[in-house]
Amino acid sequence: MSETVISAKNLSLTFQTNDGPVHALKDINLEINKGDFISFIGPSGCGKTTFLRVMADLETPTSGTIEVNGMSAAEARMQRAYGYVFQAAGLYPWRTIGGNIRLPLEIMGFDKADQAERVARVLELVELSGFENKFPWQLSGGMQQRASIARALAFDADILLMDEPFGALDEIVRDHLNEQLLKLWARTEKTIGFVTHSIPEAVFLSTKIVVMSPRPGRISDVIESTLPRDRTLDIRETQEFADIAHRVREGLRAGHAYD
Amino acid sequence: MKWVLLAFLFWLVMCAINVRLANGPQTRLTKVLVPTLFGVTLLVLWEGLVWGLSISPILLPPPSSIALRFSTSLPILWGDFVQTFIKGALSGYVIGCGAAFLTAVAVDRSDFLKRGLLPIGNFVAALPIIGMAPILVMWFGFDWQSKAAVVVIMVFFPMLVNTVTGLGAQDAIQRDLMSTYGASYWQRLMKLGLPAAMPFIFNGLKICTTLALIGAIVAEFFGSPIRGMGFRISTEVGRLSLDMVWAEITVAALAGTAFYGTVALIEKAVTFWHPSQRN
Amino acid sequence: MTDFWHRAGPVLTMILLLVGIWYGAAVALNMTWAKDKAARADQSLSFSELVADTMVQEKPLLPAPHQVVKEIYNTTVLKKITSKRSLIWHGWITLSATLLGFAFGTALGILLAIGIVYSRAMDMSVMPWVITSQTIPILAVAPMIIVVLNAVGVSGLLPKAIISMYLSFFPIVVGMVKGLRAPDQMQLDQMRTWNAGKATSFWKLRLPRSMPYLFASLKIGIAASLVGAIVGELPTGAVAGLGARLLAGSYYGQTIQIWSALICAAVLAASLVALIGLIERITLRKMGMLQ
Repeated sequence: MSETVISAKNLSLTFQTNDGPVHALKDINLEINKGDFISFIGPSGCGKTTFLRVMADLETPTSGTIEVNGMSAAEARMQRAYGYVFQAAGLYPWRTIGGNIRLPLEIMGFDKADQAERVARVLELVELSGFENKFPWQLSGGMQQRASIARALAFDADILLMDEPFGALDEIVRDHLNEQLLKLWARTEKTIGFVTHSIPEAVFLSTKIVVMSPRPGRISDVIESTLPRDRTLDIRETQEFADIAHRVREGLRAGHAYD
Repeated sequence: MKWVLLAFLFWLVMCAINVRLANGPQTRLTKVLVPTLFGVTLLVLWEGLVWGLSISPILLPPPSSIALRFSTSLPILWGDFVQTFIKGALSGYVIGCGAAFLTAVAVDRSDFLKRGLLPIGNFVAALPIIGMAPILVMWFGFDWQSKAAVVVIMVFFPMLVNTVTGLGAQDAIQRDLMSTYGASYWQRLMKLGLPAAMPFIFNGLKICTTLALIGAIVAEFFGSPIRGMGFRISTEVGRLSLDMVWAEITVAALAGTAFYGTVALIEKAVTFWHPSQRN
Repeated sequence: MTDFWHRAGPVLTMILLLVGIWYGAAVALNMTWAKDKAARADQSLSFSELVADTMVQEKPLLPAPHQVVKEIYNTTVLKKITSKRSLIWHGWITLSATLLGFAFGTALGILLAIGIVYSRAMDMSVMPWVITSQTIPILAVAPMIIVVLNAVGVSGLLPKAIISMYLSFFPIVVGMVKGLRAPDQMQLDQMRTWNAGKATSFWKLRLPRSMPYLFASLKIGIAASLVGAIVGELPTGAVAGLGARLLAGSYYGQTIQIWSALICAAVLAASLVALIGLIERITLRKMGMLQ
């Protein structure tokens, strides 16, 4: 029942810079199955964001293949196969929260009644109902990120790609949002690709953790999480959690993250 | 002499009041009151000095005689205003800014055009365009069309540079989002490019209001039918009736301020979301 | 090297294109006169002969680029600098008024800016009027200022310099106020923890931080100064200076003369702005602030 949704084979991406070629990704082989929550963790320069962007067709690989939903990444993008959440909310300040969520719906041609229903639905999912007519600057950082997630959910793409979405928030808000994200994932059964540099966050959220290392950007370990899909924040105090976190740290060390 | 002393006394008192008001709590009232008092003080000082030092009214008329001349010459002033501001400045402003806007949108599509035209645009915007006035009078004749042409050239390049800069002002995340939605060029332009460019576009529009008025008036120095603010100023200067000149200046100042203020009000409504409008 | 061509290539292409359009426009606009002239002389000329004629007319509607270049060459290189026909001499007249007015305007602008930043009363009373002053089209008032000052015996260089000063002081006030207010609260607080007085804070923090803003405004200011000097030359019956050449040309229909004065003014403007840009680079580099 686990069909492959995203498949990368011998994927490489080299940037040509003034200081010479930079091997952002080298020979990446990875399969992501439907319903996975897969985290990418590693130090800066390990290629985790680059790989996420390759999946989203925001970067083009220099060799190797990437397939999303059985087609090329570019075709998948034109078919609006995924929602993307950036490090910063990136909300358009001249639109209300509701207007921002409607943005992809307008572009994709949903009709007005449909748009209204979807906006109400996703705002409820991220617990922002009632903020539809507020402007982004009237909301806190955490709320803006929730709105950004709502926007990515609005058009029912099966895949959600998130690039360190909670990195700029404080720990307490972060914990709360992590919990909400898991509940959302359970309700919507999406496939989620999540980039983070926080080990506890990666272990808490994922079914699979991909540890990456830099120079050149490559995968040093893929860890299948043994934790149950249904979790609460308390699970962070268990031995099982610590063991997996330990394994992640070992993977990072092997990839010279601590050098 | 006593007028001079009285004027200075008034000035000192007003200064003291102004300092008091400025150092107190800032309310909407004080924000308007302080500069108004300052302006009124200047007028009183002016009047007092002219009377007290017996300055010839040919050189510097006192505010009272300017006000008198103003109130008795309203038809002439209105006719000049229509000729210069409405027919010359306003039409040139609309054509020039409109053309610049459309050119900017076209230029934005091509990186080559952008790299080629932007430096030239910056260069031309710094040139004394006003010098083209005699040439344009030769091409378009004496009436308001040549003045409008001068205004078009004067406002085109500053508006072009501002709009092109504005269209490039979106940040990377906002742009990438559009890619993830598979948006077309027009969708990107209408939903992201233009709204994000509005602060820059209005910056250009505000600058161009001043340029338009100056262009229309000065262009009339090079040839004009017997109407127009520039025409009136140069002929009245020749006749040494400076109170009329000052009356025209007052009309120009009022028109300029109203023009700028209107554009600023529209800017406030359109770019309500920008940090500079929210503070 | 490729970076240079990447940046210069499009500009050069555009310039070539514009020169081409200029030639085309010259042919188009001068064609009517060429045809009329041929008709009056009872000649019937071929198209290429007509085109050739449009390039050499004495009072063309639009001079061809080479005609303007020739006129500039004649009045600069081929004339003695002290001759009243020399474009260089006229250019110097305008330039001296520009520089003097610019110096006054800069001094006035900086002083006003310091006053506005350090005194609340000045900020609230003067700043709105500074902004309003720009909506008064001073250029329109130039004739009056010249005549009035002439009547009290101030003539020649000074009245033009005053107009230039009025035009250049505004961008400098606005730029300096922005610049002097540029240090953020953190940096100002730091000065206070070191018990630095207002003067020290000014010289060591506010002034250096305002340099980039100052130079940006100086560039705008000097271009405005030049325009002021040129317009200031118009009312005095067109005797000397680039503005005078423009006016004289327009009175006598000498279009080539008008264009050559215009190009000369443009070159002057560009050189002045470039000069300030050069000073800016040297100063900012020495201060370690070059971006």
